[in-house]
Amino acid sequence: MRKLLASAWVCENDMTGYTFKKKSRLREFLGEKLIAANAFVALVAIALIFLFIFKETLPIFTNPEVQKEAGISRLLFKQQFYEGREAKWSWQPNSDVPKYSLMPLFIGTIKAALIAMLFAIPLGVGAAIYSSEFAPPRLREVIKPVIELLAGIPSVVLGFFALIVLASWLQKTFGLTYRLNALNAGIALGITVVPVIFTVAEDAMTAVPRSLRDAATALGANKWQVSFSMVLPAALPGIAAGIVLGFGRAIGETMIVLMASGNAALVSASLTDSIRTFSATIAAEMAEVVFGSPHYNVLFFIGTLLFVFTFLTNLGGDFVLSRLRERVQGRTR
Amino acid sequence: MRTLIAIMLMLAIAGVAAAGTITIKGSDTMVRLGQRWAEEFMKTHKDVMIQVSGGGSGTGIAALLNGGTDICEASRDMKPKEYADAEAKKIKLHRVSMALDGIAIFVNDANPVKDLSLEQLRDIYTAAITNWKDVGGPDHVIVLYGRENNSGTYGYFKEHVLKDEDFADATQTLPGTAAVVSAVAHDQFGIGYGGIAWDQGVRALPVRKDAQSPAINPTVENITKGIYPISRELYWFFNGTPSGDMKQLLNWALSDAGQKVAQEIDYVPLPKDKAQASIIQ
Repeated sequence: MRKLLASAWVCENDMTGYTFKKKSRLREFLGEKLIAANAFVALVAIALIFLFIFKETLPIFTNPEVQKEAGISRLLFKQQFYEGREAKWSWQPNSDVPKYSLMPLFIGTIKAALIAMLFAIPLGVGAAIYSSEFAPPRLREVIKPVIELLAGIPSVVLGFFALIVLASWLQKTFGLTYRLNALNAGIALGITVVPVIFTVAEDAMTAVPRSLRDAATALGANKWQVSFSMVLPAALPGIAAGIVLGFGRAIGETMIVLMASGNAALVSASLTDSIRTFSATIAAEMAEVVFGSPHYNVLFFIGTLLFVFTFLTNLGGDFVLSRLRERVQGRTR
Repeated sequence: MRTLIAIMLMLAIAGVAAAGTITIKGSDTMVRLGQRWAEEFMKTHKDVMIQVSGGGSGTGIAALLNGGTDICEASRDMKPKEYADAEAKKIKLHRVSMALDGIAIFVNDANPVKDLSLEQLRDIYTAAITNWKDVGGPDHVIVLYGRENNSGTYGYFKEHVLKDEDFADATQTLPGTAAVVSAVAHDQFGIGYGGIAWDQGVRALPVRKDAQSPAINPTVENITKGIYPISRELYWFFNGTPSGDMKQLLNWALSDAGQKVAQEIDYVPLPKDKAQASIIQ
């Protein structure tokens, strides 16, 4: 590093045509290729993972033997599994009549993620506003690392906390019928999402140029007006990015929901019923499933869904972000 | 698979040329039992190599009939069709029950319900009964706890108690008996099931075979006597009467030492006279 700086310095100060020696040119060339290779390894890995998962999903669309049990319409729509009983959604893969409805799992996944976001957005954004706008610098230096430390708690520890402590507290306080439920899992998930939202939102707000604040203050705005009418809208793209990232985390998180949600595949709107999520279903059933069976293919299909889900949220997030950025910064450019 | 690798490693390290190889295949419930027996037996019989694998009772039986295994482990008796298949292939089956296995019903200590019949349990777990007051308890929803659908206990409970009906959708599935017991211990209106050795912090309910039968506690003695309704025999099937190494293995597993090994890993040992009677002279 120091060498590089030195040669740059030489380069800058010797305007008489001094250039890099040949050796350092070669080194630069190799270094660049190495870094490029690193970037491509990540790309190739993602492509291969997706290919593999999709390959194992394929029989659902092509193999008639698998489709008999787990065709796409069987996965999505209500089925009449027994004669004389009403059609319903049901996840019972190990039954005499295997039932692979994804609806209960989808509802569970969405419920958990929504509760997590409802819990985490006000907390994360609120903490970010306080930390970047109102907190005295000394306090800010404590708040920021401590909240970011939350992200370092292993999810299995949080899941355990939710299973033993949070679940009992919620049940006692609100008189819930089911100890392990969507609310319990959602709040625990929210705790993991808070630092994601906080970090990104806080960075976005501190990055708002000093000149904008000064201009607003000069025009007679008080601290509150500067924060809420000026800084917050200017940082909105960053905050939105944090929220999207947090949502992706909430959808994919596994251990917490596996431990704290009760894992009952129900179709219900109640937030205090037990839920079973996509990720927890894969985690619980993948280890023992018969290789190549319809059940195996369905689990990979769920994996594909999760993959596409997070891909789309990120893409949507990017889109929103660039639109917002245009709106906020467009005219200043 | 892990067992297989472990055994191959052991063989490689010891550098022993296997004089006799015995393969054991079948019930997932019994894999651990077969494994422990094999390990202990091989300690004293260094020239015998035993490979144990699971796959399910059905898989094991099919393998025995096709000559793919020497011993088949099964947590159920063979079905009439399987017996007919064996006869068609001129296989003289030798069935020995090796150990017993029981599943206890757990409720919270504060639950006043005294006992349940098999039929009531079935109704509870299929959501035909959803309130404790219908079985003599308080007026409150029953909260169902069970095992993940890949567990042997799940399969046995479904087959034996639910008569192959599906579990109610509201059944909360937890990883491991320990998690079920802990959930019931925290939930005044919960009910769960699991191996009989696990009853810390919860109450194991006595179970009636039907409404008229006496309520039986899930104890090792009652399972050994064969009167606890949610228990089963675990079998080994052989192709013909075993001889040589296989006979020695069988006799050792049925001996006091072998049965003690079974008890150590939470299976229920056979009544002594029954074990003695199955030993091949």
